[in-house]
Amino acid sequence: MQKITREALIEKAAALLSEGKVDRVLGWKSGEFSYDVTPAIFNNVEEMQKDFVYGDFSGANFSKYLVKETKKDGKVLIFLKPCDTYSFNQLLTEHRFDREKVYAVGIPCDGMIDENKIKQAVGDGILSIVSESETVKVETLYDGVKELNRADVFSERCLNCKSKKHVAYDELIGEDGLVLDSNRFDEVAKLEKMTADERFAFWQNELSRCIRCNACRDICPACTCEKCVFDNPNSGVENKAAANSFEEKMFHIIRAFHVAGRCTDCGECSRVCPQHIPLHLLNRKFIKDINTFYGDYQAGAEVGSRAPLVNYTKEDIEPSEAVNRGDE
Amino acid sequence: MQVNEYKPKIVAFCCNWCSYAGADLAGSNRLAYPAEVKVIRVPCSCRVNPMFILRAFQRGADGVILCGCHPGDCHYTSGNYYTRRRMALLFSMLEYLGIEKERTRVEWVSAAEGAKFAATMNDFVATVKSLGENKRLEDLRCKR
Repeated sequence: MQKITREALIEKAAALLSEGKVDRVLGWKSGEFSYDVTPAIFNNVEEMQKDFVYGDFSGANFSKYLVKETKKDGKVLIFLKPCDTYSFNQLLTEHRFDREKVYAVGIPCDGMIDENKIKQAVGDGILSIVSESETVKVETLYDGVKELNRADVFSERCLNCKSKKHVAYDELIGEDGLVLDSNRFDEVAKLEKMTADERFAFWQNELSRCIRCNACRDICPACTCEKCVFDNPNSGVENKAAANSFEEKMFHIIRAFHVAGRCTDCGECSRVCPQHIPLHLLNRKFIKDINTFYGDYQAGAEVGSRAPLVNYTKEDIEPSEAVNRGDE
Repeated sequence: MQVNEYKPKIVAFCCNWCSYAGADLAGSNRLAYPAEVKVIRVPCSCRVNPMFILRAFQRGADGVILCGCHPGDCHYTSGNYYTRRRMALLFSMLEYLGIEKERTRVEWVSAAEGAKFAATMNDFVATVKSLGENKRLEDLRCKR
C-alpha cells in the first residue's frame, strides 16, 4: 500500500480549486499536538499549505459534515478513506446531502493510530510522533525516543478493518483495495458467551463512566436528526446521572438502536469517546444480529439499499427465539 | 402483623385492533388476570418505539409485555412485521447488556383470544414476580 502524502493531497486540491471544480476543501487541520487533528474548512491553497495535515491521526470521518456543508453555496471537496465512503453512501441513501455539491476524492488508508494507546505505552510528555511503515517513533520529554510496533497502536476499528475498497468517489488517488474478511464480531461473540451477570457487570463498568457529553451522538454519521430525543429537557435524563450507576444505559441502547441497520461500523463513536467506552461493541451487536437473523447486510455498501429495519419477511424470527440463544 | 406481598408493576402495550379487544373479551368472559397489569392501548404494536419500553423500565416497571395482532393479521397490513424485527433486536440487545430476558415479552393475541390474553398475563405476572423488582433497568432520576 503506497503512502499518501500531505503534499499530494494539497496538489490535488490546488488543481481542483484553480480549475473551479470546487470552492472549498473539507480537510484535517493540525492541532496543538501532532495527534490532535481536527476537521476544518480550507478556502484556498495558502490556508491548506499552512494548516492541512494528513497522517496517522486523520481518522475523522467527514461524511456527516456534508449535511451542513452542502446547504451552503458552492461545491466542496471531500477526502474519503475507504470506511468513510460507506457513511457517504448511507447518507446519500437517506437523502441527507446534495451529491451535486460534493466532489469526492477517494484516498487509500493503511490504518489510523490511536493516540491513547501511544500515551499508555510511553507515558506523558509526547513531543513528536513519526510513523514509518512498520514502526512508530515517539519522542518524549522524559524518556527520549521510543519505538513502538505500528500494529500495536492501531485504532480498534483499524485492527478489524472491514474494507479497503472505496464504494463511492468521483476520483481516486492511488489504487483501490478489497473488502476484507475481518474478525470484527469476535469480541461481541466473546461477550455473548459470558453469563448474564458477567455481561451486566462488564457493561455497568463501561457505561457508568459515561459523562453524557453526547460526543458519540454528535460525531455519528448515521445520527443526523435535526432534533434529538435526548435533548428534551422534560425527559429527566438529558444530563448526566449524579450517581455512579448504570443509569446511562438507556441513552446507549437507544443511541445504538436508532442507527441499527444504518450503522456502517465506521467506529467514530468509540474514537471520540473521552471516557474510552467501547461503544462500537453495541453497534456491532446489532450488526451481528441483523446478519444472523435477516441475512448479511452492510449499510452503505450500495446507494439505495433497503435497511433491514424498514423491511420484513413473513418468516422472520420471533423475538422470543431471538433471545433464547447463547448462554444456556 | 400483615406482611405486604410484593406486587410487580407490569405494563402491557396492547394493539387497538387485536389484543385490546382480546383483553376486553377476557373481561366479558369473566376470565381473571392480575390487577398488576396496566394496559396501554396503542394504535398498532408498531407504534411502540423501543424507547417506550426502556422508558417504562426506567420509571419503575418490573416487566413490559407487548401484544399485537398475529403476523399477517395486522390492521395496517404490515405493522407487526416491523415490530417483530425491532423487538427481536431490542430484546437481544437487552440480553447482551445482562438484563433478565424474562422481563420483556412479545405475544400475538387476536381479538378472539380472550382466554389466551388472560393466560398470558397470568403467566407473565408470575414470571416477573419470581424475578423480583427490576433493579437493572430502573433509573433513580425518573422514579417519583
